[in-house]
Formats: sequence, C-alpha cells, structure tokens
Amino acid sequence: MQNPETILPPITERSGILRWLRHNLFNTWSDAILTVVSASLIYWLVKSLLTWAITVAEWDVVVANLRLFMIGQFPLEQVGRLWVALAFLVFLTGNSLAIWDRKSYLAAILILGLPVFLIFLPFAPQTRIWLGVLAAAGILGWGLGYSAPQSIKRSVAIGWLIALPIFVLLTRGFTPAVEDVPSTALTIVPTNLWGGLLLTFLLTVVANIFSFPLGLLLALGRRSELPIIRWFSIGYIELVRGVPLITILFMAQLMLPLFVPGGIDIDRVLRAMVGMTLFSAAYLAENVRGGLQAIPKGQFEAAHALGLSGAKTMYFIILPQALRLIIPILVGQFISMFKDTALVAIVGLFDLLGIARTVLSQPEFIGLHREVYAFVSLFYWTLSYAMSYISQRLETSLGLGVR
Amino acid sequence: MNNTHPAIITAREVHKWYGNFHALKGINMEVSKGEVIVIFGPSGSGKSTFIRTINRLEEHQRGEILVDGIELTHDVRNIETVRTETGMVFQQFNLFPHLTVMQNITLAPIQVRNWKKQQAEETALQLLKRVGIPEQANKFPGQLSGGQQQRVAIARALAMQPKIMLFDEPTSALDPEMIKEVLDVMVELAKSGMTMIVVTHEMGFARAVANRMFFFDQGQIVESGSPEEIFKAPKEERTKLFLSQILSH
Ligand SMILES: Nc1ncnc2c1ncn2[C@@H]1O[C@H](COP(=O)(O)OP(=O)(O)OP(=O)(O)O)[C@@H](O)[C@H]1O
Ligand SMILES: [Mg+2]
Repeated sequence: MQNPETILPPITERSGILRWLRHNLFNTWSDAILTVVSASLIYWLVKSLLTWAITVAEWDVVVANLRLFMIGQFPLEQVGRLWVALAFLVFLTGNSLAIWDRKSYLAAILILGLPVFLIFLPFAPQTRIWLGVLAAAGILGWGLGYSAPQSIKRSVAIGWLIALPIFVLLTRGFTPAVEDVPSTALTIVPTNLWGGLLLTFLLTVVANIFSFPLGLLLALGRRSELPIIRWFSIGYIELVRGVPLITILFMAQLMLPLFVPGGIDIDRVLRAMVGMTLFSAAYLAENVRGGLQAIPKGQFEAAHALGLSGAKTMYFIILPQALRLIIPILVGQFISMFKDTALVAIVGLFDLLGIARTVLSQPEFIGLHREVYAFVSLFYWTLSYAMSYISQRLETSLGLGVR
Repeated sequence: MNNTHPAIITAREVHKWYGNFHALKGINMEVSKGEVIVIFGPSGSGKSTFIRTINRLEEHQRGEILVDGIELTHDVRNIETVRTETGMVFQQFNLFPHLTVMQNITLAPIQVRNWKKQQAEETALQLLKRVGIPEQANKFPGQLSGGQQQRVAIARALAMQPKIMLFDEPTSALDPEMIKEVLDVMVELAKSGMTMIVVTHEMGFARAVANRMFFFDQGQIVESGSPEEIFKAPKEERTKLFLSQILSH
C-alpha cells in the first residue's frame, strides 16, 4: 500500500495564495465578474480619496487645532494634571495587560509603544517630555505586572476602581481660582473649559459607570414580585427607550433645573452626564434582562434547594453567570455610547464634535469642513476599533461570553 | 412501617393544580426518620411535583405538609429553614457552572450556615472522599463526566448536613456505565441512616435499600408497600402492568 503522505494535492491547490484566490474570488464565472467589478470600484474610491487627502486637503487646520481637539479650552498651565491622570491610566493598562493577557506581547507592544511612536512626531518639546512620561509609566506598569502578577492583582483592581475619581479630581482641581493670585497646580478648572476628546472620554466613562448599577437595579426591578417596583421599572425602561437620546439631552439641559430647588445651578456638563446615564441605564437594564433570561431555571432551583435566600441566589449564582454571558453586549453598548456622546455638541457642549464646529467657525479655517470631519471620523473610528479589539482579546483570554 | 420513630415528613391530603390541571390529587404520606422511600410511576404521574412540594420548589394549594415539625406555608422563614434541613439532587445535576467543585459545595454552608471558609472546605473534602472524587475539587463542573457531576451534586447537598435527602431521578440523565457509581453512593448513604425519598426506576436500588415503595399514577398514590410486597404480590392491575413494562427492559 502506498504511504498516504506521499500523495500531493494538484498544483493549483498547493500554493496558499493561488488556492485562496481561486476558492474565494474566482470560484465561478459570476464570482469572477463580481470580483473584478468590486475591485475596480474599491480602486477608484481609494484612489480619489488618497488624491484628495494628499494633494488637495489642507491638514493645517487639524495640526493647528490639535490641542483644542484633545482638551478644548483647558488652560495650558494646568495641562500637566491631565498628563499625570493619563499616565496613571496607562500605568494601570500596562499592569492589567501583563496580568490578564500575559501571552500577547503584540497587544502590549502596540498599546505601550504608541506614546513612544508619538514622541518622534514634531510635537512641542513639552508634549514630547510628557509622552516620554506616559511611555515610562506604561512600561513600568507592564514590568511590575509581569514580574509579580499574583501579588499586585488586588491593588490593580483597586487602582481601576479609583481611576475615575482620580481622573475627575485631577481634571477639575481643588482650590478655587482667585483673581490676581497666580493659579496653583490644582486650581479649579470650570467644566465649560473642558472639551474635545477629554470631555468625550469623561462623558462616556461617567455615563457608563453610573448607568451600570442603575440598569442592574432596573433589570432586577422588572422581575420583582412587588407590583409597584415592577411597574416603575417597566415604565421607566419603556419610556426612555421610546425617546431619542438627543431629546433627553435637551430635557436634561432645560428641564432638570425645574426639579432642583432654586438657586442651585447644576453644571451643564453634569446635566449632560445625568441625561446620558439615565438613557444608558434603560438599555443596560434590557441587556441584563436578556442575560438573566438565559439562565436555566434549574440554577434558581438548585440555589433555593440549598436554602439560599432570593437575594443571595441572585448575587452568588444568577448575576455572575448572566453578566458574564452579556459582556460582549455590554462592551458594544459602551462603544456605541462613546459615539453617541457626539450629540452633546448639539446642546452646546464642546466635545470632539463640538470643537470641530468651533474650529470651523474661525475665520481662517472657513470652508475646511471636509478635512475637519474626516479627521474627527477617523479619530472616532480608531478609538472605537481599538476598544473593540482590546475587549475581544480580553474576552477570549478570560474565557468570557461562553458558558 | 416503623412506628417507634416519629414522622419526619408528613403529607396530608396534598393537592396541587397547574392552572386547571390537577397534578396532585390528595397525596398522603408519612415518612419516619431513617426511612428510605422509593417513588415510581409513569411519566407525568406527579412524582417530581410531589417531591418538589416537600422543599417548596412547588407550592401546594390544599392539604398540609410538615417537615421536621415545621409546616410549609407562605412564611418565607419556614421555607428557608425546611430547605436548609433538606438536600435535593436533580436529574440534570444543576451544578453552578461558574464555580469550582469546591465552591459549589462550600457556598451554602458559608452563606447559609455561616461556617468559616476553612471549616467548610475541610468538610467538603471529606464529602468528596465519601463520593469518591477528592481529586476533582478544583475543577469546574463542565470538566467532569456526568457521573462525577452527579456525585458532586450529592456532596453539595450533604454539605448542609440535611436531615432529609430528596432525589428526583438522579440517574436518568446518565450513561449506563455511570449509573452504578452514583447508585453506589446512594446505597452507602441509605445504609448510613439518612432519611431519603427517591424518585427512580432503578428497581435494583429499590430492592436493595428501600423500606417502602409508592406507585404514583395520574396524581394519586395507587399502591404502596415494602419492596417484597410490591415486587412479589402487587395488588393493583396498574402496578402490575407498569412493573412488567419497566422490568422487561
Ligand atoms: N410548571 C408546570 N406547568 C404546567 N404543568 C406542569 C408543570 N410541571 C408539571 N406539569 C404537569 O404536571 C404533571 C406531573 O408532572 P411531573 O413532572 O410531576 O411528572 P413526573 O411524574 O415527574 O414525570 P416524569 O417521569 O416525566 O418526570 C404532568 O402532566 C406535567 O405536564
Ligand atoms: Mg419528573
């Protein structure tokens, strides 16, 4: 009998590229025609776009306003605080990558290498120094996490818990600004000066973090045996889901002051955060409900049969499984919330999109809509894709989303 | 029946409806401490429904059920007390897939009985030895065979140190070669003096350890007696017919 290993497939099946082309693009006549047509279309599109981007577009508008796009009108002399806050996040990211995604050096190199790469771009010297600090923080964090993953696991988790308060505190500052007195390192920066990516980022993170417990309570309330709680939850969820986010943002700006005792002025940024949190909570509640429904009845019965109370059954048995199941959906919601923050530009805040509109209203940059919106779109896309990629990596390495 | 022991489970005229469907039609049963009861009968006859009313996974609408002197009513505290005194093993195991074997077993003792973690883990390890799988403590349920999972489920129920163990067709979801390892554990448990109510069609098990057997059909107890009486001289036609069907397999 002939040794089966010596039989080779036909020549056309052997080469990887040829085989791939044949199987996927030229399998039948209609496939071949479709391939040629779409290839020409893509070629033409990419060519026109590149021609525009390289020869026609005036990218000066982006370069000149880069700081506005990143942090809005945040005072230049206070920017160091933001860099420190960012460095803390990068440090934690390095830690976490080394602890929970040890095997993927590529992700670590990409994420931690980004500041190193940026140093070589022609930024101001000050900026380059801070980029160096970021790179150092990231690499230090990674090294620490890699050498002692078990012993610092707990501190890293706590670090993430306090990351948002620290970030907000550093952004806002403590000491009130006094006229004629030079500002100190931690003078309060009012929120109307927060802008650009900084504001977009804070809106996204605050809305998502605070909507989580709220959404969880609403999801549980919807299953409650007490009619009042159930009706309230259903009413809230259905009401909010039936209204566009933009109207909720308008209402938060215009109507929230009506519910608050006179004299107290609620910050406009805070109003937007409240609006987005309330909006996001309703969707989160529905996602959590989906997760809860996916848990078999037998899990409740086994827990009850052991004498666990209803609350303990939820906490120890049902919620951990339900939430694990819907993590991919939650990440999706996070990312879509990130993009939805662009709507606050319409109610007059200066997030990434709001800044784009201000930039375009400056006399020297009139008529550069294409450049500005192309840049903003690309920016949103890059960040969304990066988040989606990181979360997928974490999901696979933590074995989430599968039962 | 053994009259020297007081009844630990008493069911009097228990009725249960699912909507308009009359699932239990007046069940009477007294179980003494240490007795092993086997319930058998055709599919849909109400065996599961009845055994699940004993720890209130199902609510009965008429009649009364007393477990260890506590009457099952709407009082949540009574229900939780009865459940801590009663272990249950399900056909589908119902282990908690996100917890390790060890955590599956220690969760309820720690959370309900307020045991220290160390004490709970020591007890859990002893129980795992008793059911023959001490080496699986740190695995997740999904990594175990069906027979091993069911033995973990038994250990999990025993960890609460219950006075009564309920089994609802514990071997029906298992491959034939795994049935024996689970039955062996149950036989050992029966011989140790545990009060047990077992819904099963494993007649070998019934012959070996059952004190009394109950034949259910259409929500009623058609016949009851010792295994001797049931196997040698069943009084009712329906019992005879059913036994001949399952014993011929
Ligand atoms: N949740 C429910 N809602 C409506 N009817 C039910 C429900 N649970 C059980 N029943 C019905 O009650 C009857 C008794 O069911 P039960 O599960 O107690 O039977 P069983 O004797 O355990 O049968 P099997 O051997 O198939 O497990 C069946 O006719 C079943 O269809
Ligand atoms: Mg059944």
